[in-house]
Amino acid sequence: MTALKINGEVQQVDAPDDMPLLWVLRDVLGMTGSKFGCGIAQCGACTVHLDGQAIRSCVTPLAMAAEGEITTIEKIGDTPVGQRVQAAWLDLEVVQCGYCQSGQIMSAVALLAANPNPSDADIDAGMAGNICRCGTYPRIRAAIKKAATL
Amino acid sequence: MSPRLEAAPPVGRHALSRRAIFKGSALLGGGLVLGALMPRVTKTWAQAAGTPPPIEPPSAFLRIDEDGLVTMIIPSTEMGQGIYTAEAALLAEELDVGLERVSLVAAPPDEKLYANALIGMQMTGGSTSIRAWFLPLRRTGAAARQMLIEAAAGSWGVPPGECITSNGSVSHAASGRMAGYGELAAAAMALPVPSAITLKATDQFRLIGKSLKRLDTPDKVRGKTVYGIDVRLPGMKIGTVASCPVFGGKLKSVDEAAALAVPGVSHVLKLDDAVAVVGDHMWAAIQGMQAAAPVWDGGAFKDMSMEVLVGSMAKAAQSDGLVAHDQNDAPGAYGKAATKLEATYQLPFLSHAPMEPINCTVQVKDGVCDVWVGTQVPTRARMLAAKGAGLAEDKVTIHNYLIGGGFGRRLEAEYVGQTAAFARQVDFPIKLVWSREQDIQHDTYRPYYYDQLRAGLDGQGRIVSWQHKVTGASVYNSYMGGWPADKVDPDAVEGAVETPYAFPAQRVDYVRWDPAPMPISWWRGVGPAHNVFVVESFMDELAHAAKQDPVAFRLPLLEKDPRAKAVLQLLADKSGWSSAAPAGVGRGLSLQLAFGSYVGLVIEASVGEGGLIRVHKATMAIDCGFVVNPDTVRAQMEGGLIFGLTAAMYGQITIEGGRVQQNNFNDYRMMRIDEAPVIDIHVVASEAEPGGIGETGTTAAFPALANAVFAATGKRLRKLPLSPVDLGAA
Amino acid sequence: MSIFTRGAVLALSLLCLAAQAASARADDDLVAKGDYLTKAADCVVCHTAPGGKPFAGGRAFSLPIGTIYSPNITPDKTAGIGDWTDEEFVRALHEGIAKDGSHLYPAFPYTSYTLMPREDVLAIRAYLATLEPVSTRPPENEVSFPFNQRWLMWGWNLVFNSDSRFAPDPAKSAEWNRGAYLVQGPGHCGECHTPRNIAQARKSSMELGGAEIQGWQAYNITSDVKTGIGGWTEEDLAAYLKNGFAEGHGAAAGSMAEVVSYSLRYLTDADLKAIAIYLKSVPPVDSGTPAIPRAAPPSIYAAAAPANDEATGQRVFAQACAGCHAWSGQGLQTPYAALIGDRALSDPTGANIAGVLLCGSHLQSPDGPMFMPSFAKGYSDTELAAVANFAASRFGAGRTELTPEGLAERRKDGCEG
Ligand code: FES
Ligand code: FES
Repeated sequence: MTALKINGEVQQVDAPDDMPLLWVLRDVLGMTGSKFGCGIAQCGACTVHLDGQAIRSCVTPLAMAAEGEITTIEKIGDTPVGQRVQAAWLDLEVVQCGYCQSGQIMSAVALLAANPNPSDADIDAGMAGNICRCGTYPRIRAAIKKAATL
Repeated sequence: MSPRLEAAPPVGRHALSRRAIFKGSALLGGGLVLGALMPRVTKTWAQAAGTPPPIEPPSAFLRIDEDGLVTMIIPSTEMGQGIYTAEAALLAEELDVGLERVSLVAAPPDEKLYANALIGMQMTGGSTSIRAWFLPLRRTGAAARQMLIEAAAGSWGVPPGECITSNGSVSHAASGRMAGYGELAAAAMALPVPSAITLKATDQFRLIGKSLKRLDTPDKVRGKTVYGIDVRLPGMKIGTVASCPVFGGKLKSVDEAAALAVPGVSHVLKLDDAVAVVGDHMWAAIQGMQAAAPVWDGGAFKDMSMEVLVGSMAKAAQSDGLVAHDQNDAPGAYGKAATKLEATYQLPFLSHAPMEPINCTVQVKDGVCDVWVGTQVPTRARMLAAKGAGLAEDKVTIHNYLIGGGFGRRLEAEYVGQTAAFARQVDFPIKLVWSREQDIQHDTYRPYYYDQLRAGLDGQGRIVSWQHKVTGASVYNSYMGGWPADKVDPDAVEGAVETPYAFPAQRVDYVRWDPAPMPISWWRGVGPAHNVFVVESFMDELAHAAKQDPVAFRLPLLEKDPRAKAVLQLLADKSGWSSAAPAGVGRGLSLQLAFGSYVGLVIEASVGEGGLIRVHKATMAIDCGFVVNPDTVRAQMEGGLIFGLTAAMYGQITIEGGRVQQNNFNDYRMMRIDEAPVIDIHVVASEAEPGGIGETGTTAAFPALANAVFAATGKRLRKLPLSPVDLGAA
Repeated sequence: MSIFTRGAVLALSLLCLAAQAASARADDDLVAKGDYLTKAADCVVCHTAPGGKPFAGGRAFSLPIGTIYSPNITPDKTAGIGDWTDEEFVRALHEGIAKDGSHLYPAFPYTSYTLMPREDVLAIRAYLATLEPVSTRPPENEVSFPFNQRWLMWGWNLVFNSDSRFAPDPAKSAEWNRGAYLVQGPGHCGECHTPRNIAQARKSSMELGGAEIQGWQAYNITSDVKTGIGGWTEEDLAAYLKNGFAEGHGAAAGSMAEVVSYSLRYLTDADLKAIAIYLKSVPPVDSGTPAIPRAAPPSIYAAAAPANDEATGQRVFAQACAGCHAWSGQGLQTPYAALIGDRALSDPTGANIAGVLLCGSHLQSPDGPMFMPSFAKGYSDTELAAVANFAASRFGAGRTELTPEGLAERRKDGCEG
């Protein structure tokens, strides 16, 4: 049993230490908001926060995740930055299929938390790891800037 | 019988609690069930309003419960294109309810009720949803409204003509009476469906034509949307699949014991050409698959390489093909032309790689089969599931889900059949999730094309002859089976025969060349994604050969098509075409008529050291007829453009040893946010029949970028993707 | 049958069983020892073709003299070594001579294995005999004249193969001697880490001083402080060998990741410590390129937009690398992805960065599989050279010598072997 601190609660998980956090969330705990896109840290669909930092849960071993506090898309709206980002996302209608958007939002929140007023270059540096196959990039950029002003 | 474990969750502002919405009115006592009022022809948009439509037998598009909450059964699949909101708006507009009182569910498989009239089957694809459903859904909404008015008028004893509706209720001003739709639904349901239906005039629209907030978005930004991959059922196990990496090959052996020794793995299931390892979670399945280390028998395709493939296409291209279009003896005119140009263009195999990897959940138990999947083709999915499960189609239930990106991939349902074939070996539900590697290596690919162009100019640089020979696979044949060898595949020449231009003499030939057993299929932009690239690149070559500006060169050819001309002029104006481009930047143009819409695109791009392309800016002008949701049109143009630019710069699937060489996003590369250009979109206000938009941006991207690269470097790349190697070479 | 006889038979068979059990235990011990030594000697890596059955051979080695394939060493009677005698097996490991008397190419590291005492060699043999026989034969070697004249190896052996067993140094501790044995004998570290002379033999003067091997740098692992592992603690060294990673030193990649995955991680902590002790005592060799420890770089945000290839490098890093390695270079989801302190980033040739970008990396660590995909197909030479140099300047000793042309050349070496 591993104790995981997720969204402010401690969950006991019966899973091997090397199991990536993504599968713990999705298949063991039933928290399906974090998505599987590539499994090799190339798309960002699985992004969650570990101690406030955006990480790719598909390559984060459970044992490593248990060392910090995890926040997922399901509860990011409870944080002030998360709330602003979601509001900006809705306001600008960023979303298309939505599959990448949990990860995009988690990355955007981490970016804004570290850098409340990001330039275009900062957004590139913070968001280029997240693929959106629907091509919502222009709106993501605009929504991050908007969230910075909310 | 197997319990209805879970149906796809509804979408909307008020979350209707989970229930078997299609199981009849027992759960929704007093609900109003309306038939589809489907005209067979929607082409004649202008005259259609007011034409009495033929009435289909009743079925479900709309339900109104006692509280006045409206459930809409949406015939098109939502995969990001915003169709749920648009189709809901069509219904709600005429029904006269606000979207905040609406929840949406996916239509079940039923060809009679939900067939897309433009395609002739129940399918979401080809940028046809709005075009096909614009009138039928409005008619359904209008008929329901009329029935509700009649029910109210009847019970109040007033003339129906004196009643008005407003946001979910009927009122009668003179008597001061008012009733909500919920109260009236039961009585309305008992009335006959009216034969004469009055639709709103476009200037009365409150919802249609407005940039409405999408109904599916709030859940999506909160991680609450349940896609097919998120399905969880009691007793369900999760697995992953490996198919023979060589197309057409078979499974030889698999180390079952090693797989079963992995903690959490419970089953190793086998088919002729694939293995599934199933267990408690995906991690067990992934590790189990590694341990299972399946051994394959490659079969006949195992020595296939790109070199052989393309070589044999080039050879096939030398043969006479089928004539797809022949007008005014183009070869003869070519012989007499003052200037002659020839070019060969090549387009690669492409994978769809939607963000949600292929997945499907199936339970086969007690003679019935339940399928939980996101599909663009519910009836096809049902047919293939039945085959896989070894059951009759009426024993199969499809629970359709929102899709994390389709792009054509989910027009195929072979994976549904495959999952059912695995699932019938056990009696619990299995969710099979493909790895990204499996997704890319076992896609149904956009075919390779090898096109030969030939054109002649007269002394003034005007086109006198245009010849285009397409060599490529028949997607019609692979999709429907048995496409006759002596018949031109319309998809292969779509965008080649019908261009925006009036050529004095034009000929299009088609040589069919199938790469079987490599599976091929539809890919966003379908035929035009290939032909518009070829036509618009060659137009650019001709303009330069004629020493004319590419806009000026095209304009005279558009005299007979004012919409095309207007779009090109708007584009030239908005893109600053006549001004000088910034230093080092090239401007490239494309113009197209595809999916019933006119699109012009100017790309500004530069080529840096090592042949690296940077796309700076895109200006688009579009006339897609009457617009249902302007913001969605923009979103689709943006997304489609980036999808096309991605493929133009990076997209290619290559074959070596009979197998796909790409694996994942590390080698099947995607454009990212830092490469996305600034996009400036100009939509023509139009009352013309709605055109498609989902694919037009993609189609436009290829030639505009290639032409911009030419403008920037003087290098004409006739092969996609636009390779830095070709550009870097001095 | 009377009760009596039945009892006697039972007693007898119990006796037999006990005897069998005793000898079985001895066999088990031998096999277990052999298993351990087979891992210490890393046999499986070379004797397995990609995607093939373990120990069935067929892995290709492209050498300057041509391509040779590792043999099948499963107990199959015809394809494998099932009909070899113990004597023949010992001769192969000590003298590099095959069953048929032909000379083996020294890609097979018998010049190291020769240090193993006969008992250790036979333990390996005993272990290999327990494997499932596999009947596949590796392809024929493709070696050009005169190197296909295997008898010529006789002269080479005369000069370069000592054919003598490891002799402990009584002046040193038992631990040191154990380490020396493992490094020089079964571990055959010098085969990669010692430069070779013109005759393809190891330069003894530069023992473990670092070498290039198929496009990769096997770094200096002598006690030299600046250019070797002299600055590492014993604990760090042992941890690196066990996990393929040590804090502040990055993770193993390429062939070294293979060695950790298939060999070193199975060794006991005592043996790993012994190896560390020995390596720290190896006479220093100055190989010229210092390993430079580096502090965390400044935040990426608000940095002045870099120019040209720096910008390209930064962009590629943002797209494909930052998700694991992090802008801090500390590794995001696992310290295995740390770049700070990684030897490859202070190597001016940039060879191993290029290798890892083109070939990816797979490491089986005690914390689970750690991997990096190959970026060869997705990114151009210009982009890969740019990102290598970006990473080296941000996290290592500065730009490397890598150029797009160099990347193109390195591509030709491929990733096998
Ligand atoms: S699924 Fe984790 S980055 Fe793609
Ligand atoms: S919204 Fe569909 S992948 Fe990003």
